[in-house]
Amino acid sequence: MTEGKIKMKNSVYLKNVVTLQLDENKCTGCGMCLDVCPHEVFKMNSKHVVIQNRDACMECGACSLNCPANAIAVESGVGCAAAVINSMLGRNNGECCCGPVDISDTTTKSKSGCCG
Amino acid sequence: MDKFEFPIIQEQSDCGCGVAVAASEKTVPDLDQSFVSGFVDTPAGRLPQVSSALVWQDRWGSIKARWGVGRMDYSVNPGIYALGTPDNSSPVFVSANYKMSFDRLRQALAERSGWILVLDTKGINVWCAAGKGTFGTDELVRRIESSSLKNIVSHRKLILPQLGAPGVAAHKVKQMSGFKVQYGPVRAEDLPAYLDGGFQTTAQMRIITFPLKERAVLIPIELVETIKPFLMIAPLLFLFAAIAGPSAFWTNAASFGLFAVWAFLCAIIGGAVLNPLLLPYLPGRAFSIKGFSIGMVIALIILYLRGINLSAWAGRMEALAWFLIIPAVSGYLAMNFTGASTYTSLSGVKKEMRWALPLEIACGAAGVLMWMGAILIY
Repeated sequence: MTEGKIKMKNSVYLKNVVTLQLDENKCTGCGMCLDVCPHEVFKMNSKHVVIQNRDACMECGACSLNCPANAIAVESGVGCAAAVINSMLGRNNGECCCGPVDISDTTTKSKSGCCG
Repeated sequence: MDKFEFPIIQEQSDCGCGVAVAASEKTVPDLDQSFVSGFVDTPAGRLPQVSSALVWQDRWGSIKARWGVGRMDYSVNPGIYALGTPDNSSPVFVSANYKMSFDRLRQALAERSGWILVLDTKGINVWCAAGKGTFGTDELVRRIESSSLKNIVSHRKLILPQLGAPGVAAHKVKQMSGFKVQYGPVRAEDLPAYLDGGFQTTAQMRIITFPLKERAVLIPIELVETIKPFLMIAPLLFLFAAIAGPSAFWTNAASFGLFAVWAFLCAIIGGAVLNPLLLPYLPGRAFSIKGFSIGMVIALIILYLRGINLSAWAGRMEALAWFLIIPAVSGYLAMNFTGASTYTSLSGVKKEMRWALPLEIACGAAGVLMWMGAILIY
């Protein structure tokens, strides 16, 4: 199937670091997580989903936020070194890219870049 | 564009569970924005109309934003827009108010009509805004109310970009507003196929990739980011070499000074240009390793071309210094590219940084000290 090929082409970041947790007992098998995950981390078993590719998870949090059964937990965040540095230095509200949320606050206006 | 007469819709049964919005908050986007081509009159008021054809100002705006010019105010008014000539059964597409996001969406919908509901994401693209929560459940529900969407369309469905999902809980939007969120494809280009395929995403539409073209467009902003530190550090290297070197000021400057500036520039190009371009082919999973590797190769090449005399201690020290500085700089810049990539997790980035950041700082500092020592004893 073509899906296998797509998976092969995609890069994977560090292994065994992801905080994703799935409670298969709570899962109702609605499949919402399959729809929102951009890395095909889940797959549907007969009654509920299972994690098929944990290392591909980028912890965006879409699955856990959109799970009506509250079956998924993940410490979500943006995987961005600049954001980690900014929060360590206490500048730019610890934001990654795309500047501060509050654009009226010109003091923290930053053009630090990522994400198109 | 001419005026479009909107059919008056009388179906407005409010479920009463929505968020109450004061009348003063009912806002429509300005009609005098440069990309607005006309207007349509709807039960919710006169709404701006846009076409799917981008003009040169739109393209020029994108290019400038890619280079960081006006990037932070590259936005459109939040609210609802008419794309083409929609009616009350036309689909509603939700977007961010970063103009590039808005333009990508309407460009993908050539020859189609629909409503575009623009959320106030403070001029930030869908994915980043979803990560921050500004492209989020609350803003979406608020915007549905403040734009009187229920008076404009008779259906209760919204099409959201899949990458908005980290900020939006579809089931909560349904509870709070009555609208059903349907996640469309990751890429706007796939929207026509999605619409024609009966609002179903295929696996291919749902998977985010990071192809060469998408990596390449990020290079300008990566470079722009390094201009300031480069302009601060390069003159210092140049001056130090000129003053502390073994010969006259300008002789030193032309030899050690120019080479130092050149080597520093090459290190930046390694991290900000070569790393994005070659990303999938570089060794290692950690981005710093990828950057270190590029830096080592660059150091090898430029030191070979310089032909340093390795029989003397000063020459050996200078060569070793650059083998520390260049990989440190490339590695650091490559590490920062994690934020632009489409597959790095925060847990992974933190793990990488725990060893990579101290290493980069240590190599950089040791390299600079060694270089200064080499210049002094030459």
